[in-house]
Amino acid sequence: MKKYVKVNATFDCDGNLLPVCIYWDDNRKFDIDKIKDIRYASSLKAGGAGIRYTCMIKGMERYLFLEDNRWFVDSKEKE
Amino acid sequence: MNIANTVDKNKYKKDRVILHSDCNGFYASVECLHHPEIRNKPVAVSGDAENRHGIILAKNEIAKKFGIKTGEVIWQAKLKCPDLITIPPHFDLYKRFSKMARRIYSDYTDKIEPFGLDEAWLDVTDNIGGDGYTIAKEINQRIKYELGITVSIGVSFNKIFAKFGSDYKKPDAITVIDRSNFKDIVWPAPAQDLLYVGRATKRKLNNIGIYTIGDIANTSIDVLHNQLGKWGYLIYGFANGFDSSPVAHMNSQSEVKSIGNSTTTPIDMKTYDDVKVVMYVLCDSVCRRMREKGFMAKAVEISLRDNKLNTFSRQHSLSAYTNLTSDIRKAALNLVKQNYRFNKPLRSIGVAVMDFIHDDIPRQLNIFEDENRQIQNEVLDKTVDILKKRFGNYIVCPAVLLGNKKLSAFNPKDDHTVHPVSYL
Repeated sequence: MKKYVKVNATFDCDGNLLPVCIYWDDNRKFDIDKIKDIRYASSLKAGGAGIRYTCMIKGMERYLFLEDNRWFVDSKEKE
Repeated sequence: MNIANTVDKNKYKKDRVILHSDCNGFYASVECLHHPEIRNKPVAVSGDAENRHGIILAKNEIAKKFGIKTGEVIWQAKLKCPDLITIPPHFDLYKRFSKMARRIYSDYTDKIEPFGLDEAWLDVTDNIGGDGYTIAKEINQRIKYELGITVSIGVSFNKIFAKFGSDYKKPDAITVIDRSNFKDIVWPAPAQDLLYVGRATKRKLNNIGIYTIGDIANTSIDVLHNQLGKWGYLIYGFANGFDSSPVAHMNSQSEVKSIGNSTTTPIDMKTYDDVKVVMYVLCDSVCRRMREKGFMAKAVEISLRDNKLNTFSRQHSLSAYTNLTSDIRKAALNLVKQNYRFNKPLRSIGVAVMDFIHDDIPRQLNIFEDENRQIQNEVLDKTVDILKKRFGNYIVCPAVLLGNKKLSAFNPKDDHTVHPVSYL
């Protein structure tokens, strides 16, 4: 399930856009501990394509996508 | 045109490597990517039936198996496949995906010539990353991974056979057509599979016993010239693999030969007054686009289609170059008046301007006409252009449009422009 999320992100000195934390809609905040990979990719599961950040969050690997100017994740929740 | 222009053997000492990439069922593939729940069902992207634009624009592979064809009307498609899911088009999304595909192409060459949103030629002759097939395979896989859609790619030594190759095997395939196999792959195909052999040309060719591309290649060039004029030379060259037309550079702008807009109206146009309303909107768009490009035109063409789908067009040459909306509109409406009696209501109309010069070229003033009036009209057009640019298309309009909003409420200028420019 595609879920658009609120994200805090920063630009580093080289102009790279890097997500810092994700806000869930119940106000929970998930810090991104590490970004392991950044590449263009599609998500057949969520349905979309853009820049895919492979993030480590609480010891788990999660994909976060930047599609145009919106961030989305593949959520297990049903809307 | 003569054959020497088509066959330029010295121009390319070694064979070029041309790719033609074609996104399979582009609109439908992008929609299916974004709607996983319908991915395994027959899906078609179609125009708005209520506004009588209800034709199939693209279909996915499952819908294709039901025999659904691009261009047929929705009800016909639903007869073939009652469970067909139809989705309205989202052109901004398709434009974004088209841009993403071109970003991938640009990693391999700067000679990229788009042909519509979903097709492009690439000249990878100077790419040292591998042969044509290897590069095609890499592009094919990257598009699948990064965009989530599939492409068919033709690899050949000219643009015509590369395009043929991308159509040859679909979806998600690569076809290499080289000098050793083109006679086996291209020549047995029906003549109309060759770019620029349409229905009319096919009929003329069939009349003289030419049915395949191989037949075209092996017919005397004089016979083809007699039947088809200069097109005879062209398709003879195409069929024999002589095409040497270059792949345009990525940032090059093709030369504009005409600017036009047309529309199918939500209700038929039964009277001249109905046509006048629509023509006001179309001419406004065409002339604004012409002024944006910095052109003046000397010829106006209208095209009319009645409710039985009979189509015809008429042209008129103006006495002087102009980019004034009032001049173009007057000429277009005169053409309608002179050429149509409204025996049948009209379903769609179009207007185009052509024969351009740049608007900064000094022009001869006419002592028999009121040049002050001309200047006033120019200022008026410029002011309206600025207003519409700043505040939107509907901020100011002629009073005639207020009476019939059903016919006038559309904005051809800012609508999508996704059709391929002419190959030639």
